[in-house]
Amino acid sequence: MSDLKTFPKGGVHPSDHKLSSQKKTLILPLPKVAKIPLSQHLGAPAVAVVKKGDQVKVGTLLAKSGGFISANIHSSVSGTVAMISEATDTSGYLKEMVVINVEGDEWEVNIDRSTDLKLEIVNTREEIIEIVKNAGIVGLGGATFPTHVKLMVPPGKKAQVLIINGVECEPYLTSDHRVMLERADEMLVGIKIIMKALNVEKAVIGIESNKPDAIEHLASKTKDYPGISVQPLKVMYPQGGEKQLIKAITGREVPNKGGLPIDVGVVVQNVGTALAVYEAVQKHKPLIERVITITGKSVKNPGNYLVRIGTPVIDLIEASGGLPEDSGKIISGGPMMGKALTSTEVPIVKGTSGILIMTDKEAKRIPQSNCIRCGKCVSVCPLGLEPYLLYQLSIKRKFDRLENEDVMNCCECGSCQFTCPASLPLLDYMRLGKLEVGKLIRSRKNN
Amino acid sequence: MLSSIVSLSLIGFVSASVLFVASKKFKVYEDPKIDQVEKLLPGANCGGCGFAGCRNFAEAVVKAGKLEGLNCPVGGSAMMIEVGKVIGIEVLASEPLIAVLRCNGTKANAVAKINYDGASNCVVAHALFSGESGCPNGCVGLGDCVKVCQFDALYMDEQTGLPVVDEEKCVACGACVKACPRCLYELRPKGPNGTRVYVACMNTQKGVVAKKNCNVACIACMKCVKVTDSKSVSVTNQLSYIDTNVNAREHGPALIGCCPTGAILGVKIAGIKSVKSESNS
Repeated sequence: MSDLKTFPKGGVHPSDHKLSSQKKTLILPLPKVAKIPLSQHLGAPAVAVVKKGDQVKVGTLLAKSGGFISANIHSSVSGTVAMISEATDTSGYLKEMVVINVEGDEWEVNIDRSTDLKLEIVNTREEIIEIVKNAGIVGLGGATFPTHVKLMVPPGKKAQVLIINGVECEPYLTSDHRVMLERADEMLVGIKIIMKALNVEKAVIGIESNKPDAIEHLASKTKDYPGISVQPLKVMYPQGGEKQLIKAITGREVPNKGGLPIDVGVVVQNVGTALAVYEAVQKHKPLIERVITITGKSVKNPGNYLVRIGTPVIDLIEASGGLPEDSGKIISGGPMMGKALTSTEVPIVKGTSGILIMTDKEAKRIPQSNCIRCGKCVSVCPLGLEPYLLYQLSIKRKFDRLENEDVMNCCECGSCQFTCPASLPLLDYMRLGKLEVGKLIRSRKNN
Repeated sequence: MLSSIVSLSLIGFVSASVLFVASKKFKVYEDPKIDQVEKLLPGANCGGCGFAGCRNFAEAVVKAGKLEGLNCPVGGSAMMIEVGKVIGIEVLASEPLIAVLRCNGTKANAVAKINYDGASNCVVAHALFSGESGCPNGCVGLGDCVKVCQFDALYMDEQTGLPVVDEEKCVACGACVKACPRCLYELRPKGPNGTRVYVACMNTQKGVVAKKNCNVACIACMKCVKVTDSKSVSVTNQLSYIDTNVNAREHGPALIGCCPTGAILGVKIAGIKSVKSESNS
C-alpha cells in the first residue's frame, strides 16, 4: 500500500467513520413544501423568473443566472409557487427563496426519465457547454462553482488531462462512493462528455484506497471507455482539495496567488458533477436532485438518499429514523469542512453533500489552552502555511503582514485545527484574516 | 601633556564647527505651532481623529490652518478651542458626543435559539451565522468593542449579554464604531443635561420576522413618525431613525410612549425609566 500516490506536503488522517458506505441509495419521498434558494452556487445569485401563483413542473426554470459566474435554478418539484420570500439557509442568514407547495409529481415533457444508458454523444462542444449552462450544473463536491465556466478553457491555454474527483476524503460522507458504485456507466459517459467539451484525450478518476469496491468496479468498467483510467490514492485528508488532488495524480503544482488548475493543463470535476452532466446532456434533465449522505454515530439508520433540491433537512433526518436524543450539532457537509446548521428547516441545496448529526459529546469544543509552538499545525498544512503565526497575526489585526504570509492560499481544510494539541481556534481566525485581507485587496483594486 | 591638550581641543573645535555648519545647512524648518498643539492634545495616540497619533494630528491641523474635518473627540470642544487659539482661528464649542449601542437584544429580549461555542470574536461569529437569537443585525455579544476601547469605557454586562457604555469615561473616539461588524454603535450628542432619545435597534427585516427573533425590535410601524414629524424621525429599510437634533426633553416621552415594541430608549427623561446601562451615572 505504501507505493500509492498522495500529495507530498502535510495532511492528516482522521478516522473515516464511513458508516453508510454499504447502504444502497434510496429515493427520499417528495417534501410537502420545497424551498429553493436563489443562491446555491458561487457567484451572483440567480434572478427569479416565476412569480407567486405560477404553476411549475419538475424541471421548470425558476431563476435565471445573474452574471457570468452564476447558475440557473430549476424547480425540483411540481406545484404552485406560494411565495418568493426570505428564509434561513445553510449560511445562517436569511436568503431569497422560491417556496413551492408540492402537488403531484409532474415533469417537463422534454425530460427523458427512462433509465436506459445513452452512450452516443451527438452534441458538439459548444452545444455541451450551452446545455450544461442551461441545466444549472455546479460543482457538486461542495464548492458549487458553476461547471460551464470550468468547461470554457480560456484562450491561450490548453487542457491536457481531466481529473475526476472520487476521493471523498471527508470522514462520514459516502455519497460520491455510492454514485461510483451504482451509477458507474452513466458517470463514465458523463466523463466522456466533459472530455469532449474540454477536447482532452485523457481522464483519470482519483479514488482513495479506503473504497476498494469502487476502485475495482470502475477499473473493470473503464476497460470499455478508452482514455479513462482509475488511480487509487493513499488515504489522506485533504486529498479531495483541487490543488492536492492535482499534485497527487499528476505531480504538477498549481501556482500560488490565484493560480487555477487550467494553468497546469488540468481540469477537476467531481463524480457527482459528471453524473449531472450526463443527465443534462443525454436526458435533458437539469440539476434538480443529488445523492446525500445522512450519517452520525447515534443516527438509527445512516444511509444515502437521492434528494430533491429544496427538501428541508428535517425530512432527511426523519427518513433516517428521527433526530437522536443526544444530538449536539447538525452539520451540513463533513466534519472537517462542514457548517453547523442553525435550523432543521434549512433546505437541501446543490452543494449539500451530506448531513452529519454529531452527539452532544462530540460536538463540544475542547477548552483551549496556550500555544506551545510545537509546530504540528505547520507540519500538517498541505499548503505550507504557518497557521500558529497567521492565528496570532489575525488576532492582533495585522492584516498587511497576514497578506505577506500568504493567508489567501489557505483552503480552509481545517487540518491545523484538527491536529492542534492546544485546541486553538486556528481556522476561525484564519478565516477572519482571509476575510479582511480579501477586503484590503478588493479596495486596492478599486482605487 | 601639552601636545595632548592642544590636539584634543583642536579635534573639539573642528567637530564643533562641522556640527555648526551642518545644523545651519541642513536645517529643516518645523512650525513651532506643531509642538504647541501637540502639547494640548491628550497624547493617548488612540486614533480617534483618524490619524496614526497625536503628533500626526497636530501636523495636519497646523498645515491646514483650519479645523474643518479635524477633531479630537477625546479632548472635547474645550481643548479644540485652545487648539484653535494656537493656529489663530475662533472655534465654536461643539456638543460633546457619546457612543450609543443601537441594540437592546438582551438575553431576555432576544432569546438564544442555538448555542455558539466557536471563537470568541464578533467578526468571526458574524461571518458564520446570524446570531444566537437569529437576528442578523443584533449584537452577537462577544465583545470586540470592549477589546478595542482604550479608555475602559465599555464593559460586558454578564446578565444582559450586551456591552455597556460608561458615560463618564466614553470620549467618543469612535473605535467601537469601527470595530463592530454590525455597525451597532453611533456617536450621538450627549444632549442637554444628558437627556437623549434613540432607536435601539438596527434590524432591517420586516416587522413579523424581526419580532420573532427579538421582543424589542423596531417593526417600522411609523407611530414614532406620527407623534413627531417626518423631519425628526425617518423610517427607511423597515427601520426607524431618530435625528440627533431632536429635543429629547420635548419629544422623548411621546416617542418612548408610542413605540409598541419598546425599541425606542431614552436617557434621563422625566417619568421614563432610563436604560440600565446609563442610569448608574
